[in-house]
Amino acid sequence: MFDDFFIRALFAGLGVALVTGPLGCFVIWRRLSFFAGTLAHSSLLGVTLAFSFDINISFSVLLISSAVALILLRLQKTTKLPSDALLGLLAHSSLAIGLVVIGFLSYIRFDIMGLLFGDILAVNKKDLLVIWVGGAIILLVLKLIWKPLFASTVNYELAEAEGMKPEKINAVFTILMAAIIAISIKMVGILLITGMLIIPAAMARNLANNPKQMIIISIIGGLLAVVLGLYSSLEFNTASGPSIITAALVLFILSMFNIRKFKQLKK
Amino acid sequence: MNLNNNILVKLENTGIKIDNKWLVKGVSLEVKKGKIVTLIGPNGSGKSTTAKIALGIYKNIEGKVEKFTNKISYVPQKISIDWTLPIRVSDFMLLTENLTKEEINNALKLTGVEHLKANDLRNLSGGEFQRVLIARAIAKKPDLLVLDEPVQGVDFKGELALYELIKEISEKLGCGILLISHDLHVVMSATDHVLCLNGHVCCSGTPQAVVKDSKYKELFGDRASTILSVYEHDHDHTHSPDGTIETKK
Repeated sequence: MFDDFFIRALFAGLGVALVTGPLGCFVIWRRLSFFAGTLAHSSLLGVTLAFSFDINISFSVLLISSAVALILLRLQKTTKLPSDALLGLLAHSSLAIGLVVIGFLSYIRFDIMGLLFGDILAVNKKDLLVIWVGGAIILLVLKLIWKPLFASTVNYELAEAEGMKPEKINAVFTILMAAIIAISIKMVGILLITGMLIIPAAMARNLANNPKQMIIISIIGGLLAVVLGLYSSLEFNTASGPSIITAALVLFILSMFNIRKFKQLKK
Repeated sequence: MNLNNNILVKLENTGIKIDNKWLVKGVSLEVKKGKIVTLIGPNGSGKSTTAKIALGIYKNIEGKVEKFTNKISYVPQKISIDWTLPIRVSDFMLLTENLTKEEINNALKLTGVEHLKANDLRNLSGGEFQRVLIARAIAKKPDLLVLDEPVQGVDFKGELALYELIKEISEKLGCGILLISHDLHVVMSATDHVLCLNGHVCCSGTPQAVVKDSKYKELFGDRASTILSVYEHDHDHTHSPDGTIETKK
């Protein structure tokens, strides 16, 4: 069944969408979209390191993204620069370093476009395994920390006061973010992973009236975007990663019509 | 749980300094089971800060905080819910504790907002929101309840009813309460121990003792003293606008 590249691509995409759905909701609730983008940018460095030292791509991306997240936390405490400036600094410098390192590795042929925008059609069985096993672990951890994570998302001080240990939970959540980027980088690429996190969740916000519902709608939206995007990329011969994101955008736009109609009905 | 004295939380000479400025310093207090301790003081006098020190929200503090319970409920002064987060009253009730439907309904009924259960938190009025906050706090059946101006924005009739409810709950659960309030009438009639803050502890003791204290009168004005009785004596210090003490010569 997984011998067909298209089936592999489909299952890889569905696996990623299952995880980006709930994580994306937290990204939106906690205003972390720029943070997610920064982690994604830094993953280019992770990919080049993987090639340099011949280690697993997902592993080295996880390593670099986590390191960047830690550096960010450190910088937030030691400098007075606002968070968005720090994020921009880290995002673009790590991207630049990644590109410089690529220059040194002239003996390897890099598919830069593939790195930036992903190449879901080139997903092999091993990648599938990484996505599904990694994704299952991320979802399991997310379920375990759901209560404290959600509580500290609603109000940090309340969570701290009532023993939810938000600082620790935030660190775990950051690692989960690094992990989803690590397992999905090959599929949607550095520039599009943030879209995969944010767009289905944003769509879900237009339709949901409670947090769990928003997460479920976000997952369904992501899954739909993968299916629609992949089939249309087959039909119109377009790049598959961008097609998935475009499909997600179309769903988002449709959800906005829904919300407007709903408001009119209310009046 | 502490074996002796039923102490739930104890602050010893605590304070916090941010950017070389003391927000509050030299505060010692203890909340015992079944007792209500109240913090009063003008704006910016460090009431909320003291509560946050007791709760462990501030990390870099001076002095020592000892907590003898983990079952704590907190009603913060302010919570703002972002539009991106759709959350109903019933979701909010479950924020830090697993409660049954019945427990949720009962708590909401006690504070008079059962009918708002399915409403989005952001669509509540200020007073309704406070009632939900209190309901969530008592539904947990905490050992220690920390209330930072819990009845702000609540209508006059509801205010008294909620204070009565809080007192009732504390008696029923036997929990200790750390209360911040501006309502001196309520404070003086319902609490066991009062701390009057202005960057430091100006005076403390039973309500009867505190209203007689000149520093109390100085902070709250002459009329505040008439709540219980009027008594006057010389005081040895005054306060500059930032709350530091100036000794009288």
